[in-house]
Formats: sequence, C-alpha cells, structure tokens
Amino acid sequence: MPPDFLSNLYVFVLAGFLAFEIVRRVSPLLHTPLMSLTNALDAIVVVAAIIIAGRHESRLSVVLGLIAVAASFSNMVGGFFITDRTLRMFKAGKAKR
Amino acid sequence: MNSVQIAQIMDATYLVAIILFVLAIKWMNSPATARRGVLVAEIGAALAVAATLADPEVTQYKWIVIALIIGAGIGIPLGMVKMTAVPQRTAMALTFGSLSATMIGIAEYYVGYPHVTRFEMGEICLEVIIGSLTFTGSLIAAGKLQEILPLRPIIYKGQNFVSLSVLGAAIVLAIAMVVHPNQGILFPIMIAVSLFFGILLVTPIGGADMPTVISLLNSYAGIAAAMLGFVLNSKVLVVAGALDGSSGFILSVIMCKAMNRSFTNVMFGAFGQVQASAAVQGEPRTVRSASPEEAAEILGAANTVVIVPGYGMAVAQAQHKVRELFDVLTRRGVDVSFGIHPVAGRMPGHMNVLLAEADIPYDRLREMDDINSDLPQTDVALIIGANDVTNPGARTDTGSPIYGMPILDVDKARTVMVIKRSMSPGFAGIDNPLYYMDKTLMLFGDAKAFVGDLVRELSAGQGAQQPASSQRTVSA
Repeated sequence: MPPDFLSNLYVFVLAGFLAFEIVRRVSPLLHTPLMSLTNALDAIVVVAAIIIAGRHESRLSVVLGLIAVAASFSNMVGGFFITDRTLRMFKAGKAKR
Repeated sequence: MNSVQIAQIMDATYLVAIILFVLAIKWMNSPATARRGVLVAEIGAALAVAATLADPEVTQYKWIVIALIIGAGIGIPLGMVKMTAVPQRTAMALTFGSLSATMIGIAEYYVGYPHVTRFEMGEICLEVIIGSLTFTGSLIAAGKLQEILPLRPIIYKGQNFVSLSVLGAAIVLAIAMVVHPNQGILFPIMIAVSLFFGILLVTPIGGADMPTVISLLNSYAGIAAAMLGFVLNSKVLVVAGALDGSSGFILSVIMCKAMNRSFTNVMFGAFGQVQASAAVQGEPRTVRSASPEEAAEILGAANTVVIVPGYGMAVAQAQHKVRELFDVLTRRGVDVSFGIHPVAGRMPGHMNVLLAEADIPYDRLREMDDINSDLPQTDVALIIGANDVTNPGARTDTGSPIYGMPILDVDKARTVMVIKRSMSPGFAGIDNPLYYMDKTLMLFGDAKAFVGDLVRELSAGQGAQQPASSQRTVSA
C-alpha cells in the first residue's frame, strides 16, 4: 500500500461527511443548480488533465490528456455559466401582500 | 524556487480552492446567497487552473491552450440552453466529466506501464470501470432526454441476468489485471466491457425515473473523480469528487424516497412499461368537465389557489402563460402558490427552475410536505400536466404500482381542476381515481391554450368585480 493512500482515504471520508451535512441543507428549490454547480466543481479534474498533457511523457498520454482538458474545461465553463444563469432567475416576491 | 516550494504553493492554492468550493455548496442553502457561492467557486477554480498552468512540469502550452479553447467552445453553448433542456445538458456534462476522468486513468496506466504495481492497478481499474460506465450511461440518458432515443424503458427477457453478467465480466477482468498488472491486452477489453455495461444499465430505464438516474450518474461521476484523486495522489480531486459524489447520492436518495422505491427497483424494475394494473374496471365512470369560462369564474372567486405543475406543463411550454395566470389572480387578491413534488420534471428541482425562469417569485414555490398541510384549506387545486404525483390511489390502493409513493394531497382541496389533453393515463400508465371524484373538474385541452383562455376570461371579467353567483360554484 503506498504511504499516501491512507491520508487520501482520510480526506475522502471526512469530505464525504462534510458534503453530506452541507448538501442536506441545500434548499430543494435549488437542486437543479446544485447539480450543475457540483458538476462544475468536479471539473477541477482539468488540473490533472493539464499536468498529464503538459508533461509530455508519451504521445498517447498527451492525446488522452488533451481530450480530458477539453472535456473537463467544457464542464467547468458551462457548469458555472448555467448555474449562475439559473440562479439569476430566482427572484424573491415583491413586498409581502 | 525549488521544486518543493513550488509543490507547496500549488497545494496551498488547491486548499484555498477546496475551501471556496465547500463554501459555494454551503451558500446554496438559500437563493439569496447562492450566487455569491458560484462567484467564490469560480474564483477557486480559476486559482487552481492558473496555479497548474504555472507548474514547471507543464512544458507544452500550445496544445493545452487549444484544448482549453475547444472546451470553452463546447461549454458555453451548453451553458446557454433553455431551462427545459437542462436535464439533457446535465447528462452531457456527466458524459464529459466521466470521459475526462476515464482518459486520465487510461493515460496514467500507460505512463506507468510496464511498472504498474498491483495496488495502483486496483485503483486504476476501479476508476476506469466507474468512469467508463458513467460515460456511456450518461450518453444514453442524454439521448433519451433529448428524445433521440426512445424515452420508454427498453426491456427484454433475461435482461438483468445479461447486464449483471457483463458487469461481472468487467470485474473478473479487473481482478485479472490486478494479478497481472502488466498484461496490457486485458486493459482495453476491460474498458470496452465497462462501456457496454453503461449502455445496458441505462437503456431499460424510463423517463419517469430520469431524476433518480441522473442523480445516480452524478454520484458515479463524482466517485470516478475521487478515485482519480487516489490514483494521482491529488487531494483536490479527492475532495471535489467526494463533494460531487455525495451530492449526487443524497439527491438520488431523495428521489427514491419521493417515489417510495429502492435503488434496485429503479435500476432493475423497468418502471413505466405498460402496466397491467387493475385500473380498467367494468363499469364506465363519468367525469365532470368544465369550459374555460366556468373554470375562470371559480378561480376568480377563490381565496386560495394551489397550482400543481408537472412535466406536461413544460412539454406544452405553458409556464409563461401560467405566470400570467398567477399575475391576474394575484391582482384580484387570490393567494396563489405552487405545490412542487420532488420528482416533478426530469431532474431534481427541475420544476422550480422552470417556474423561476417564468418569473414566478420563489417564495411562492412550496415543497410537498409544506403544501400538503395547507391543501385541506385550499379552495382550488389546479393541476397542470401532472398526473401520478397527484394520484390518491397511492395512499389507498395496495395493488397500484405507485402504492406508498408520497403524493400531493390535491384531493383534499375543496375543488380540484385538472388540465389534461384527454383521459389517457400518465407516464406510468396508471389510472388516476382523482379524475372521477365529484369535486373534480376536468379541463380538456392543451395546457398552454387552456391557461391562456383562463387568463383572457379573468382579465375580461376584472371590470365586473366578483359576481355574486360565484359563491355557489366555490362551495360546490
């Protein structure tokens, strides 16, 4: 077992608990933008893709890395864009009747 | 700067990004703070990408920049789709996300080849299997939602056996890879089998189950990213994947609960095929129908109206007409709110987004439990394009396929109105006893046209100020 595995697992488990607590509190009104937001956050995979493509280890890894860069960056840009667009549509009612 | 310092700076930047990501989700607890959340998440992502581009390990920029431009070129149009198309956009996003994670996993294997350890192989196999099946599964889901593929479940005899055998084959190949990590030939076969399993997984699932399936695929995409974090030893990926994975998982649990079904039932139950339910009874039952004039009169005289929208409203593009109805009733002093069932629409929260797009204030959009306590005191429940989520049979009829599903208690309102094209049953093919109740008025017609007629009647009648005859109809 590589030495980092346990520390990664540690982070994973704690992040899972944290996510459970904060996602549970998200308003059901916003479940659709929640999904597009978490997709955009997931697209942080782009940083790994940039490193794989940029290291230039083999032609195959560069090609696969570049596909990954394009795919995940499209998610990052599109995900943030649509989340903000959706949230802008949510308007509070005018003064309570 | 030496390489250790650079690595530390990068890690610190990633930590900042993660903190901002967590805050972003936390601020999604209210529409008032949610946009601030998106802004901080964008800052976090931009910092992380900038730090990575500055990494001296990255030596070739030209192609990376081209790939980033292509990515933005795909992402921006996908971010501009109409709110009705958001479910398919989400499915496409999951497709790209899992494609990316799978590509990196594959690249990592070939970079390490032929010196991949068994432990690394296990991580890579798990990551690539989940990534691949999510990729094809999401692609099929997107095709179904866009209605390029049939939205009805596609099933055949022995389907579950075939699907599970294919998954079993992928697992056996993965085990073989762990035993012999550098048997390169097995790796592409394992990927192909996993891709095939993704297709088999989603093809049998019908439109009514899409909210659950999208959430579940979202969860898989997150898990794939987290697994990739293990493979690459990158904590930013582990955390982002865990956030995305748990969020998808929680949403799928909420969706399953809202339909009173288990995961296994959603995945393997082929819900939505033609049900041979006990609905067709011998005696013909009568329904009462009403014209737009009659319906408008009742609505105008009511004190409280609850509108229950379903996906049919979105199909008919009626949401903007519904907003007009909301406005004209509100001007008359009628208290109008919307009862939203968690599984209404094609993805979690879809109905709220559609109504928000039509400029309906979000404090008028109310959750099922909240609105159910008010429905017994409601004058009129107006159902537009929803069916199964209003079926009182779910409470009482133990033989019904939706028995036990929590519903909106519209049958408890004083008057029920249902806008519907015809008497044909809903998506799950289940008859709805609500339509045969004495207090139910069926408003036959296209949702958009009918709501338009209601608006016209109500606006025209505004000068006449509440005719006395209205009392008779409301107490009916």
